[in-house]
Amino acid sequence: MPEGTKNTVRLAVEMKRITKRFGDFLANDAIDFDVRRGEVHALLGENGAGKSTLMNQLYGLYLPSSGAIFINGEYVRITSPKMAIARGIGMVHQHFMLVQPFTVTENIVLGCESVGVFGILDNAGALREVETLSNRYGLAVDPGARIQDISVAMQQRVEILKCLYRGAEILILDEPTAVLTPQEIDFLAEIIRNLTAEGKTVIIITHKLREIKNMAHRCTVIRKGVKIGTVDVASRSESELAEMMVGRAVTFEVEKAPVRTSEPVLSLHEVHARNNRGLPALKGISLDVKRGEILALAGVDGNGQSELVEVLTGLRRVDSGSVRFRDAEITDFSPGQRIERGLAAIPEDRQKRGLVGPFTIAENLILEEHTQPPFSRSGILDLQAIGMHARMLIDRFDIRPPRERYRASSLSGGNQQKVILAREITRDPELLIASQPTRGLDVGAIEYVHKRLVQVRDEGKAVLLVSLDLDETLALADRIAVIYEGRIVAVLDREEADERRLGLLMAGGGAVHV
Amino acid sequence: MSDEKRKFLAASPLFFTLFSVITGLLVGALVLLVSGYSPLRAYHVIIDGIFSRPSYIAYTIIYSTPLIMTGLSVAFAFRTGLFNIGAEGQFIMGALGAALAGAFLNLPPVIHAIVAALAGIAAAAIWGGIAGFLKARFGVNEVIATIMLNWTALYLNNYIVALPGIKRPAATATAFILDSARIEILPLWKASEAGRAWRALHPFGHDIFRTPFNVGILVALFLAFFCWWILNRTTLGYELRAVGHNAECSEHTGIDVKGRMISSMSIAGGLAGAAGALHVLGWTRQAAELAAMEGLGFDGIAVALIGGASPIGCIPAGLLFGALKYGGSKLQFALRAPIEVVNIVIGAIVFFVAMPKLLRIIGRWQQRKKRQGGDSHAA
Amino acid sequence: MLLESVAFIIATTLMYSAPLIFTSLGGVVSENAGVVNIGLEGMMTIGAFVGAAVGYFANDAWIGFLAAGAAGGTLAFFHAMACVTFLADHIVSGIAINFIGPGLSLFLSRYFFDGATQTLSLSLDTKIPRPLNGVFEQNGFFDMVFNQYATVYLALFLVPFLWFVLYRTRLGLRIRAVGEHPKAADTLGIDVFRIKYLAVIASGVLAGFGGAALSVAIVSRFSSTLVSGQGFIALAAMIFGKWKPVGTLAACLLFSSAQGLTVFLGRADLQRLLPIPSQLLATIPFLLTLAVLIGFVGKSRPPAADGIPYEKE
Repeated sequence: MPEGTKNTVRLAVEMKRITKRFGDFLANDAIDFDVRRGEVHALLGENGAGKSTLMNQLYGLYLPSSGAIFINGEYVRITSPKMAIARGIGMVHQHFMLVQPFTVTENIVLGCESVGVFGILDNAGALREVETLSNRYGLAVDPGARIQDISVAMQQRVEILKCLYRGAEILILDEPTAVLTPQEIDFLAEIIRNLTAEGKTVIIITHKLREIKNMAHRCTVIRKGVKIGTVDVASRSESELAEMMVGRAVTFEVEKAPVRTSEPVLSLHEVHARNNRGLPALKGISLDVKRGEILALAGVDGNGQSELVEVLTGLRRVDSGSVRFRDAEITDFSPGQRIERGLAAIPEDRQKRGLVGPFTIAENLILEEHTQPPFSRSGILDLQAIGMHARMLIDRFDIRPPRERYRASSLSGGNQQKVILAREITRDPELLIASQPTRGLDVGAIEYVHKRLVQVRDEGKAVLLVSLDLDETLALADRIAVIYEGRIVAVLDREEADERRLGLLMAGGGAVHV
Repeated sequence: MSDEKRKFLAASPLFFTLFSVITGLLVGALVLLVSGYSPLRAYHVIIDGIFSRPSYIAYTIIYSTPLIMTGLSVAFAFRTGLFNIGAEGQFIMGALGAALAGAFLNLPPVIHAIVAALAGIAAAAIWGGIAGFLKARFGVNEVIATIMLNWTALYLNNYIVALPGIKRPAATATAFILDSARIEILPLWKASEAGRAWRALHPFGHDIFRTPFNVGILVALFLAFFCWWILNRTTLGYELRAVGHNAECSEHTGIDVKGRMISSMSIAGGLAGAAGALHVLGWTRQAAELAAMEGLGFDGIAVALIGGASPIGCIPAGLLFGALKYGGSKLQFALRAPIEVVNIVIGAIVFFVAMPKLLRIIGRWQQRKKRQGGDSHAA
Repeated sequence: MLLESVAFIIATTLMYSAPLIFTSLGGVVSENAGVVNIGLEGMMTIGAFVGAAVGYFANDAWIGFLAAGAAGGTLAFFHAMACVTFLADHIVSGIAINFIGPGLSLFLSRYFFDGATQTLSLSLDTKIPRPLNGVFEQNGFFDMVFNQYATVYLALFLVPFLWFVLYRTRLGLRIRAVGEHPKAADTLGIDVFRIKYLAVIASGVLAGFGGAALSVAIVSRFSSTLVSGQGFIALAAMIFGKWKPVGTLAACLLFSSAQGLTVFLGRADLQRLLPIPSQLLATIPFLLTLAVLIGFVGKSRPPAADGIPYEKE
């Protein structure tokens, strides 16, 4: 039986020389990771560095290929989440594991429901227990509400309650701040302080440096599956941490020429539309996007951004209002007509809407123009022309691997995004709508995408950026429009905007509304 | 066999299909064995019944012809992301259309056959298009819609063939198609005096001419290649495949998803209708009252699945099927064994074809036995 | 005359509804756990055969009924294995079941019944009994409506029972969780595979009961044209009922009333009044199903993870 280090008694978690392989891919390479009881420990790394993989082993979703795990000094072999839960470990995943049509209470008790005879559920009892827990830790939730009806921040609290309900002493939070406004992030920091005050241990997986500085005591940096080091957060600056994470000096600034705009290319006027459940999502949107600028749409997820983009791309009908693009009324135009007129869009879910996975890179690159020469004549495809076009774009946009017959689904996230970028940008659109263009990408790919977007803007075109990442918004935008509950509540010039102000606006004005 | 070679084989879809076919046959053998019949004798009867005489081979091809086309119908729709369970009803409509056009129009030979076939194809294409329309416009699940349309087609067929003016005396079926509409090879000549004399001197030809051997098979082969060409070399096929793989992305990039769904189901319907039309024009020469569905449309589903949902794959799959069905029909007489064993074999093959992960898991078991300690997945 | 007609239609509706209710509730269970079960038709067929055959040989319809459930459940086990363990496409596996079920049924029928594609009939007293026989005045309104086979009452009872299990018990909560978000259920320690297997086998058992409700109650034997698409009508009922037991019951009653109407209009005395050819009458249930699906389905939504093979990674 493996031996822990002498200090293991004070350590809530100790992971020794953890290695994890998926086939030929080495996700974790002999990582040593320890967490002291009662501390907040951040696990920092880029997308794909291996931090989630490491924690998934702690939570029993994977078994380590080699290495040992100690909980409170005791060697354990965690083979399932059930075991992890039994050991007092709880995990809040980046993509919440909540059953949408179920209530808050049902989600919290699922898996350890209190039952009477014949397995009949004790709903009243469960409700009481949830209320008690919620009050004790200051996690405000509405026990009878359905998940599909509550805010993202409340959903996160439900997830935390799920862990606490099962007696978790060690909580793992995976990218907890990705979906929150700055005020909600402050709130979360307070919750975490409450938890550690009660003796809980918290591990945060993140790539957000500011949150680490605000919330964590220590930080372990992982790069490409290898542990770079563990530091006291107080003793390092954000840029030092960033350099450890990426391996080179990182600039957060995006080089931008000063903005030179002219007349609006896109105008929305009093647009009303409903979401998939028939409820009003856009309540009178009026907005202009000018040539030569990047207009960013800032807001908490779920306030109408997705519906607005769908209205613009022609996938969603408007109930009233008008959309004008290049001096034409396009409100009732089909997606194909808008594309023809010079509208391009990078969708927020590249795999669902941006690419046809089983198609090759070449086939994906012609998606919007496949009916036109040179790609086809009289309905028959010209495979040679398609291949040539693909090779040219692969070269220009540095798509890897540089093989046009490669299936799009086998590409990395960054390269998939490049394919979409290549396709949309080379059409020379008048307006490029970019929704979450850098979601899930590593730093190198993020820099590339930002560079390209600025290039489009510098060529005198218009870019509408929809991003949940305030850092990205502030880095790229010339003007920022804030959307809240289906309305544009403010349009600011970049100089007037800062995080605090944006955060307030995104949350609905002055009050801290969580 | 080296590890690498084994991995390659396991990944190849052809190997996997062969594996499924062999396993399906084994299941059939097991069923026969358990019921007291000798699998070896049974399979021997089947193989004999297919290959031992030219007329048997001809019949096998005749049986396979409609199956290839109904398989194409299902495979084509599948490529567009739609399950065409309605090949059966579309087949019926195609047969009915061709029978009516063949019996009641007066046109010169060859032209008559072509027109009759087109009539059947058009009727079936409309039938398929209805299902496509219901899905595109109302979101009605095409599996259920086509099944409902199958039954509707059956009863509609029975209603129409019994109508006075269409029905022929002494049978609940349409009047026979005129000779000018037949696509059998030299039907009149081979029964004439000159024909019979020739046949007496050429036993091989004589045997084949006993069967209603017709040009349907050529049409089927042509259609298979035509489908392949449409899917892979035209913008229509490109759009159909895009919609089939990812309808959301297709919509986002400007493809008319709804229109394409209707097109796809119409084409699929037409293909199954061709099967029915050629079946009538080449063999049965009538549309009759049906007590139950003949099953050629449902078999097409299995043909498509076994053929890997590819148009070219439908050819060998259709031939396999036709062989099993025709050979299997002799079991009752030879061994008093139920012919449904063929259905069980077919079902078993489809069952295994549905489980691509099976081979991967078998491969992994073998690998696990070799490697020491290291199940890399939590239980 | 009017009262008698109404009673007749209600009576035939109830009678024909039992097989549909059993089978469609089977679909409800399976799909709420996330496994699409197109193979209900095949499971119903094997149930019909086994019910009739075992019932005949054992001289007892109830034994046949139970055996039918077992047969359906066994066939469903293979579907579960294909879909849950081997990640097969649910629809393709269901299609395979629809080949194997009837194929096996006819095969065994020929084997046990001397080459015939139908079983020998159960005698009147070995069929499923009518518990309320003799309670009401013969051929009166109440007698026609309520004097049903026991299977009808069993089916009607099953609806609130299943509702209770799905929405008021721990098992039901977990089944629905697995169908909506299997990953969430998995990370909470719920055995997703076991629940899916359970649900699919249960759906097979119910479909088997449905088949038996046809072959040992409504008629008294199995024949090759007995089931004829009812498994698919049951599927449509489930979709119409939005995957919930009570809605499904309503749909089943609607569809079986179409069948009842068909029989009613086919009666000799009505054919004189309203001569609709029997062939066209036969299309009514199917066209009605289509009409209903057109009008209602747009608003209904299956469980979120329905039809998606769950792979642990």
